[in-house]
Amino acid sequence: MARIEIDGIEKRFGRTPVLRGIDLDVAAGEFLSLVGPSGCGKSTLLRIVAGLTREDRGAIRLAGEDVDHLAARDRDLAMVFQNYALYPHLTVAENIAVPLVMRRLTTAQRLPLVGRHLSGSRAAHAAIAADVARVAETLGIAALANRRPGELSGGQRQRIALGRAMVRRPKAFLMDEPLSNLDAKLRVEMRSEIASLHRRLETTFVYVTHDQAEAMTMSDRIAVMMDGAVLQVGTPDAVYADPDDLRVAEFVGSPKINVITADAALAAALGVDATRAPDPDGLRLAFRTEAVRLVDPTGAALAGRVVHLENFGSDLMVHLAVAAAVPIVVRRDPHDPRPRIGETWGLSIRPDRLLVFDAAGRRLRSVVGRGA
Amino acid sequence: MTRIGLPARRFSVGAIARDAVLLALAVVTLAPFVWMVSTSLKAPDEILTTDLHLWPRRLAASENYAHAFAAVPLGRYLLNGVIVTATILALQLAIAVPAAFALAKSEFRGRRLLFGAVLLGLLVPYHAIAVPLFVGLHALGLLDTYAALVTPFAISVFGIFLMRQFFLSLPDDLVDAARMDGMSELAIVWRVMVPAAGPAISAFAIFSVVAHWNDYFWPLIAVSSDTLFTPPLGVVAFRNDDAGTNYGVLMAAATVIVTPLVAAFLLAQRRFVEGIAFTGVK
Repeated sequence: MARIEIDGIEKRFGRTPVLRGIDLDVAAGEFLSLVGPSGCGKSTLLRIVAGLTREDRGAIRLAGEDVDHLAARDRDLAMVFQNYALYPHLTVAENIAVPLVMRRLTTAQRLPLVGRHLSGSRAAHAAIAADVARVAETLGIAALANRRPGELSGGQRQRIALGRAMVRRPKAFLMDEPLSNLDAKLRVEMRSEIASLHRRLETTFVYVTHDQAEAMTMSDRIAVMMDGAVLQVGTPDAVYADPDDLRVAEFVGSPKINVITADAALAAALGVDATRAPDPDGLRLAFRTEAVRLVDPTGAALAGRVVHLENFGSDLMVHLAVAAAVPIVVRRDPHDPRPRIGETWGLSIRPDRLLVFDAAGRRLRSVVGRGA
Repeated sequence: MTRIGLPARRFSVGAIARDAVLLALAVVTLAPFVWMVSTSLKAPDEILTTDLHLWPRRLAASENYAHAFAAVPLGRYLLNGVIVTATILALQLAIAVPAAFALAKSEFRGRRLLFGAVLLGLLVPYHAIAVPLFVGLHALGLLDTYAALVTPFAISVFGIFLMRQFFLSLPDDLVDAARMDGMSELAIVWRVMVPAAGPAISAFAIFSVVAHWNDYFWPLIAVSSDTLFTPPLGVVAFRNDDAGTNYGVLMAAATVIVTPLVAAFLLAQRRFVEGIAFTGVK
């Protein structure tokens, strides 16, 4: 368990800047997710923390110590990769044992055949076998110990990769899209499994994903990255309900947040004091699907025609075409009376859930709605 | 109805034609070998006749093969062949595997240039540089030694190229995982890359062993002592026999020399197929 301090990290690939001065502080024992669209630099940042890629500028500290001069293998971090990266020629048990074999045994002790008969070697091998068995038991893969990765399913392989990371009790776990190659159902299962693993191990986790749902469901905190910069760091609740930037608001949450461009008149009608905004006519108003209700269109500030219904069983998503190009989505209980396609409905937005951004996408907190 | 039937029938006609062509090619390829074995079983008077028959009327196998081993130290030549091809292969792998790993998975200045040099090396046949090699070995006083037979082939650009291409197909994450697990770069090469590269190594080993076991050109230049002769040189010794060429014995010697290769290839072929099936890396 160690604190990870990321201090002013910059990285370019050729002329393209990939990371533009990243500062992040991951508390000891915290589960922090780096989330963002592909190409935002999140994986590169993780690799820099791991020591697999060298930063151009900045520093990484692990448990208060500078590690920039240390190679990946000397940083005592474990990493789980998207494609599992298991050794195809080793059995499951041997795969999990590799980090221990490389760290606990001397070169001579690692030799095939001879190695086992050297002094102290028998005890060391036995200790490794015991540790491997314990980890395999924890992850429910003990029965697979003698199989090879090629014979196993994606979910099983990912468990083995987790086991290989866990077995030596590293200072922190780095995970690079570990669930992306799994099917949707398994991904949801593994989400809760990784979260409970984190609670049990009480170790620092840095988790990279492009899937905001993974970040939301597992993390203590989320860092939303875009174009090589961290836009916002906060708890899942804060990032979801109180985003600093329109891009964060749009990236986090499913279905996507509704955004409308409003002139001063519409903004005023929706309860926004646009006069206090620097540019009152270029406001972007955003609200979640659950922060808006369907009402009688007469007298409503905003109204639209129902163009599509999406029934998820638990929720009904009503898509309404308004003057703006993108339809507005409203979340409803499917048991409530259902609107029909073609009908016109008014929209009532909860003022305290209305997020106001300027034309550049920066949040305007001083220009709040009535309710707040 | 006929429309449904047609493609299957056309396919089977095509398949027969294809098999016929392949069979004809196989016969053409195999015929000299069959004739070699056949001749090695015949007595001299039966070889130099005008009628064509595969199986000898009088089996002279024991005389021919016994004479082959008695006339020249054929066992010694075979041993030399094993020593030379095995040493060449071992050196080639010891050099090509780390070099290919560096070219495929490490980033360093001049990597493209070095790979260009490898490709350039592929374009130059070793016969073209035989004279400089000869002069160099002469200067070092190494002519007519095992070293002269082995050292010119220790670095195989083909091996480097083949291994590099294979390593490129292995995921980078595998290398990174090994780094995280505490392996040094050399440990990654020998503990991860080599076991994963089984099929590529088998393929390369086949090429290398066949090429150097059968090589006639370079051993002819590099060695003159009878004790250093490789199998192909040994076969030729029969042709230069004073008493005129005894084809039965010559073919017996040729059969003896070819047999280890054929056996090795059949074994390696099985491993080869296994190896390809085993590459469930992704």
